[in-house]
Amino acid sequence: MLKDITIGQHFPGDSVIHKMDPRAKLLLTVAYIVVLFIGSNPVGLALSALFLVVAYRVSGIPLRMVGKSLRPILPIILFTSILNLFFVGGDPVFHWWVFTITRQGIYNVMVLTVRIVCLIAGTSLLTYTTSPIVLTDAMERLMKPLAKLHLPVHELAMMMTIALRFIPLLIEETDKIMSAQKARGAELDTGKLADRIRALIPVLIPLFVSAFRRADELAMAMECRCYHGGEGRTRLHQLHLGGTDYLLVLVCAALFAVIGCSGILWGML
Amino acid sequence: MKMDEKMIRAEGLEFRYAEEGRKALDGVSMQVKRGEFVAVLGANGCGKSTLAKHFNAILLPEKGDVFVEEFNTKEEEHLYDIRQRVGMVFQNPDNQIVATMVEEDVAFALENLGVPPEEMRARVDEAMQMAGIYKHRNKAPHKLSGGQKQRVAIAGVIAMRPDCLIMDESTAMLDPIGREKVMRTVKRLNTEFGITVVMITHYMEEAVQADRVVVMQNGVVELEGTPKEVFRDSGRIRSLRLDVPQAKELCDLLREAGVPMDEEIISEEECAEALAKLLCGAKRN
Repeated sequence: MLKDITIGQHFPGDSVIHKMDPRAKLLLTVAYIVVLFIGSNPVGLALSALFLVVAYRVSGIPLRMVGKSLRPILPIILFTSILNLFFVGGDPVFHWWVFTITRQGIYNVMVLTVRIVCLIAGTSLLTYTTSPIVLTDAMERLMKPLAKLHLPVHELAMMMTIALRFIPLLIEETDKIMSAQKARGAELDTGKLADRIRALIPVLIPLFVSAFRRADELAMAMECRCYHGGEGRTRLHQLHLGGTDYLLVLVCAALFAVIGCSGILWGML
Repeated sequence: MKMDEKMIRAEGLEFRYAEEGRKALDGVSMQVKRGEFVAVLGANGCGKSTLAKHFNAILLPEKGDVFVEEFNTKEEEHLYDIRQRVGMVFQNPDNQIVATMVEEDVAFALENLGVPPEEMRARVDEAMQMAGIYKHRNKAPHKLSGGQKQRVAIAGVIAMRPDCLIMDESTAMLDPIGREKVMRTVKRLNTEFGITVVMITHYMEEAVQADRVVVMQNGVVELEGTPKEVFRDSGRIRSLRLDVPQAKELCDLLREAGVPMDEEIISEEECAEALAKLLCGAKRN
C-alpha cells in the first residue's frame, strides 16, 4: 500500500523544457513568482496564465495535472476568497442581511485566485519536468557562492540526496514491519484515532532503530570511499548552458519584463 | 608485479570496542601478499570484521601496527592514500550506495578524490564493465537485485583503482545466484586485474576458492594455510565452530563407509571428478 507513494512528481520526458539546464529553470521559476506579484493586474495575469498554458503544452504535461497539484491548497484558495468577497469595502453590488459583496471584493478574489493558481502551476511545472536529484544538484551549484559565508550548502545537498535515496528503502521497510506487527496481532487499521496512533509506536520504534543503523553503516561506507565534505569535489555530470538555454531564458526574460511593465502601466491608468 | 611484495602487514594487533570490554583482537599478526586471494574465516564474534576494518584505517589499533604498503594506518596524513589503495565492500548492499543512480554512485569515490570529469567518465565506465553492471548504469539502486547492488558497490570501490579489495561478509545477505555472480566477479578481478582480495566470509565454498585461508577464534589467528592444509582435519574445523565444506563432508562420510576417497579433496569439482573415476572403475570391473 505504501509502495504507491511517489516522491516528487517527476514526469520523465524529452521536451525542450525537460532538457533545459536545471539552474536556468530554477531561476526562471523564481523570476516567474516575482513577476506574478509585480504584474498583479488583469492584463499581467492573463499574460502570465497564457505563458503557463504554452509552457505546459511545450512540456507535454497534461493540463489536468495542474488540477492535481492544486487540490491540496484548494481550501486555502476558498478561505481567502470568501474573506475577500465579503469583507472588502467599496461599491456594493449585492446586499443581503449582513452580507455585502463589493466590486473591489470580486476584483480581489479574481486576481488572488489566478495568482495562486499560476504560482502553484508554475512551480509544479519545475518539479514535473526536473528529477529531484537534478534539482538538488542545481540548487547546490546556484548556492555555491553562499558557501563562502560558511553556509553548509554542500552538506544540505548531500542530505537531500541521501534522503531521496533512502526514502524508497524506508517505505519498503515500514511495509515489512507493519506486516510483521500485524502477524503478531497488532491492529493497525481499526479502532479509534487515539488507538491507531498508539498502534503505530511498535512500527515506528523498529523503523527508527533500523534507520540509525543504516546511517551508521552508510557513514562508514562513505568514509571508505574517501568522503571528506564538499571541499575539492568534482562531479561526474557537468551542467552546461547551451544555446537553447540562453534562447529560452532570453524569451522568458522579455516576456516577464512585459508582464512586469504591465503592472506599472495599469497603475498609471 | 612481485608476488612476494607485502600488501598489508598487521603486527601484534590488539583492539577493544569499549575501554573496559573484552579484547576483540588479541594479538593478531598476519600478512597479505600483493595479488593474493585470502579468505578469513571464523565463527560470529571472533574478530574477523574488526580485523578487516583495521586494514583501511576505519579502526585504529590499540596496540600494534597495520601497514598498507609503506604507510602505517596511524599516519593521518596518509588516510586517503590508504583508503584509495584498500577498498572495502560491506555486508548490506543497501547501506553503502549513496547516489540515486548507479553510475553516479560508482562515481562517488572519484568525485570525493577530485578526479577531473573527463577522466572520471572513463574510469566509471571501466569500473562498471569490470563489475558487470554496465547495462544497469542508468537504473535506480532500489530497482536492482541484491547481487546486482553488491556489484554496484564493488564497482564503486574498483573505480578508485585500489590495489586491494576487502569483502566484509559481502555475500552474506545474497541469494545463491547473486552470491555466485559476486564471487565470480571478485575472482575475475583477482586473476585478470591482479587485485589483492581479502574475503571475510561464512561460506566454506568461497573459502575453498582462495589461495590462503586464515581462521580466527576469540581475537587470535587460530589456523593459517592453503585451503587444503586448513580443511584437512575436519574435527579441528568443527571444534572452531565452523562448517566443513560440503564436498569434504561427503568424502569423509564415504571414507567412513569404506569408499577409498582422497583426504585432500575439498572442492566440489575435485569431489565430482574422484567420484566419476571411482564409478568408471567399478563399471569396468
